[in-house]
Amino acid sequence: MSKQGFDQGRRRFLTTAATIVGGAGAVATAVPFVSTLTPSARARAIGAPVEIDIGAIQPGELQRFKWQGKPVWILRRNEEQLGTLPELDAEVRDPGSNEAQQPEYARNEHRSIRPEYLILVGLCTHLGCSPTYVPRDEAGPYGLTEWKGGFFCPCHGSRFDLAGRVYKDVPAPRNLLVPPHQYLSEDRVLVGIDDTGATS
Amino acid sequence: MMRAAAALLMLLLQTAALAKGNGHLMHYEADLSNRESLLRGAQLFVNYCLSCHSAAYMRYNRLGRDLEIPEDVLKSNLMFGTDKTGETMTVAMKPQDAEQWFGVGPPDLSVTARARGASWLYTYFLTFYRDPARPTGVNNLIFKDVAMPHVLWELQGWQRPVFGEQKAPDGTVTRAITGLELESPGLLNDAGYRRAVADLVNFLVYLGEPIKLTRHRIGAWVLVYLLGLLIIVYLLKREFWKDVH
Amino acid sequence: MNTVARAVTGFRDWVDARFPLTQLWNDHLARYYAPKNFNFWYFFGSLALFVLVIQIVTGIWLTMNYKPAADSAFASVEYIMRDVEWGWWFRYMHSTGASAFFIVVYLHMYRALLYGSYKEPRELLWIIGMFIYLTLMGEAFFGYLLPWGQMSYWGAQVIISLFGALPWIGDDLALLIRGDFVVSDVTLNRFFSFHVIALPLLLCGLVWAHLLALHEVGSNNPDGVEIKERKGADGVPLDGIPFHPYYTVKDIVGVVVFLIIFCAVVFFAPEMGGYFLEHANFVPADPLKTPEHIAPVWYFTPFYAILRAVPNQLGGVIAMGAATLMFFLLPWLDRSAVKSIRYRGWKFKLALALFTVAFLTLGWLGMQPPTPLYTVIARVGSVVYFLFFLAMPYYTANDSDRPVPDRVRWP
Repeated sequence: MSKQGFDQGRRRFLTTAATIVGGAGAVATAVPFVSTLTPSARARAIGAPVEIDIGAIQPGELQRFKWQGKPVWILRRNEEQLGTLPELDAEVRDPGSNEAQQPEYARNEHRSIRPEYLILVGLCTHLGCSPTYVPRDEAGPYGLTEWKGGFFCPCHGSRFDLAGRVYKDVPAPRNLLVPPHQYLSEDRVLVGIDDTGATS
Repeated sequence: MMRAAAALLMLLLQTAALAKGNGHLMHYEADLSNRESLLRGAQLFVNYCLSCHSAAYMRYNRLGRDLEIPEDVLKSNLMFGTDKTGETMTVAMKPQDAEQWFGVGPPDLSVTARARGASWLYTYFLTFYRDPARPTGVNNLIFKDVAMPHVLWELQGWQRPVFGEQKAPDGTVTRAITGLELESPGLLNDAGYRRAVADLVNFLVYLGEPIKLTRHRIGAWVLVYLLGLLIIVYLLKREFWKDVH
Repeated sequence: MNTVARAVTGFRDWVDARFPLTQLWNDHLARYYAPKNFNFWYFFGSLALFVLVIQIVTGIWLTMNYKPAADSAFASVEYIMRDVEWGWWFRYMHSTGASAFFIVVYLHMYRALLYGSYKEPRELLWIIGMFIYLTLMGEAFFGYLLPWGQMSYWGAQVIISLFGALPWIGDDLALLIRGDFVVSDVTLNRFFSFHVIALPLLLCGLVWAHLLALHEVGSNNPDGVEIKERKGADGVPLDGIPFHPYYTVKDIVGVVVFLIIFCAVVFFAPEMGGYFLEHANFVPADPLKTPEHIAPVWYFTPFYAILRAVPNQLGGVIAMGAATLMFFLLPWLDRSAVKSIRYRGWKFKLALALFTVAFLTLGWLGMQPPTPLYTVIARVGSVVYFLFFLAMPYYTANDSDRPVPDRVRWP
């Protein structure tokens, strides 16, 4: 065995070439390993838009539905509840809904298409717990004072008003998310896709 | 010596054939690249099979994507039980009912083509014949005493068996079915029915493994890459081994 | 550049002071001297390690979506095949990998037969290797139940019944393995546990011990010459070359060639005509109906043929067990002073040729339905199989071996 007389340059070139081409193969092999971790066709099917019948919801009542496995709230607000919203503009962090926490058609005072019906993804924007719906006269057990009704997160005490707008002095950074949705008829709403075809 | 070897080979082939079951298998090679045929097969499948058999591992939207069917066509022509394209091809019939009607529950067809093979399915659809002894009035050459009625009868018509004498290897002669002949014609002629069956079998093979064509396409690239890599690593090996004397 | 190099060296020294990193590298790669005359047969050791890695990695990914329960196992496999992105690739890699593992290991073992790699001083290396082989058989057997198809179910049923044939303890043993009166959900669940954690752990431990033993005694070679007996002034064997870079670059060529064949199967013929994935296994397990023709997967068929060749139930089970255990005795059955077939006499060559034919024939017969003629052939094959081992002390003791050279033949 001897190391005399070999072509140093050729050897270095071939080593580099093998490393690069082999490395490219390794990177390509990583594609299946990573992309297989994305939601499967079944998860996507379960996460497909859901059609919800809202005809039976009473004024002042909140009903929970499931979309993509997440809780979706539909709150039918009465006149009194809607009236509380303008009063709270000074106490909430983003009164004009400037942050992209809702589709364009829900970027208004009541954060919804029809003022009466509030449609929200029921997950706290802080760390993902599902807040509790606390109407005005049930605030007692939660120790909430001067409560006009809204949502209270049991995990870290974040509070939201009846349009899902977050109060200023709580850990949650943003308003509750309004999912893309559209009304198919007076009583039926499709959550997960809107009439522009947007799904998020 | 040669003759002994040939005799042995014959014996081996014979036992191999016997192991595959009675009836002669017609050879059929599925063609997955023929989209038109797959579409016709899909239509036959939902019209004739899906009312009793499910394909519970197959999603409608997968079908639409693979066969390039627009969503509205998919919904109006191929989906009857549901309007959610993400759902699988399930069936309305309850398994208990099915068992009561047919004796056995119709099996799920998702992977039937992988268990049976294209040739078997092709032969199966072509060899239904009238047999008054069966509760369904039909029997099948390759699936003896099958519980399923001849669902495609209106396309094929009815066949009756032709009996003849058959000689067993040991010399005994028995009366057996040697062929089938058309008794009353269906909507399609022989060639048309064979084409329909071919379409259906193509679709069933696709259904068994929807990824198959993609797998071939990716595989070709993988092999091209590996051959290239082989050249480089071989040159590398040869370069280093110049040291070894 | 210089600072980077200094930083790397500095870090290495820091680690070396706390962990034998450089020492491990040198002991097992850079200064592990392997004979320079390795041929084709010497690819299969590193390939076996490579396949082990493939199996473990794809297995981890499959486990993410597989469900070890009787009512959902079959469906979860189809879920992997259709709904999970790239799931089909992982499944085919793993199923093809199982067969590839046995092909590679059989060739690796055959190499040992050709060149006497089991002989002194490599007896322990060989025995550890045999334990790897047995563990691998167990791993394959447990894994084969998991798809919960007809072949999975009835294959498990038959193999467990083999244990049931043992006198006195048989029935209780079979019950203990199944954990139920038939192969059931309970059985599937525990087989899953064995398949994904117990045996892989054992396998990795054994492979580690196998490598340690190999590097302790050094590799054999096609000439069966001990290269350590001829060392240069620097203490390095005259016929040895450092494993790295020479055998690393060579084994990479082997890996790429292997991958070409392996990927051709994975992408173009994953069922391999029913040998790698059996057709009947695409029918969900049905405890009320056995498939018409049931045979084990190809890698078990030689032993299965021996089992069927014996006309007595217990005798068949014992013969089958003995057929695998025979290999353990090889180091002591072989009385020849010569290791490699290159210098062996005609008796050993003939015996090995007959054994090879018998093994392959039995493997083929194990896949066929039994007929009177096949049973006769299987019996002849079984006798040849056992005679290869049992008569070895006689035909190797006075064989016409040729003298072995001092140095390996090169080139």
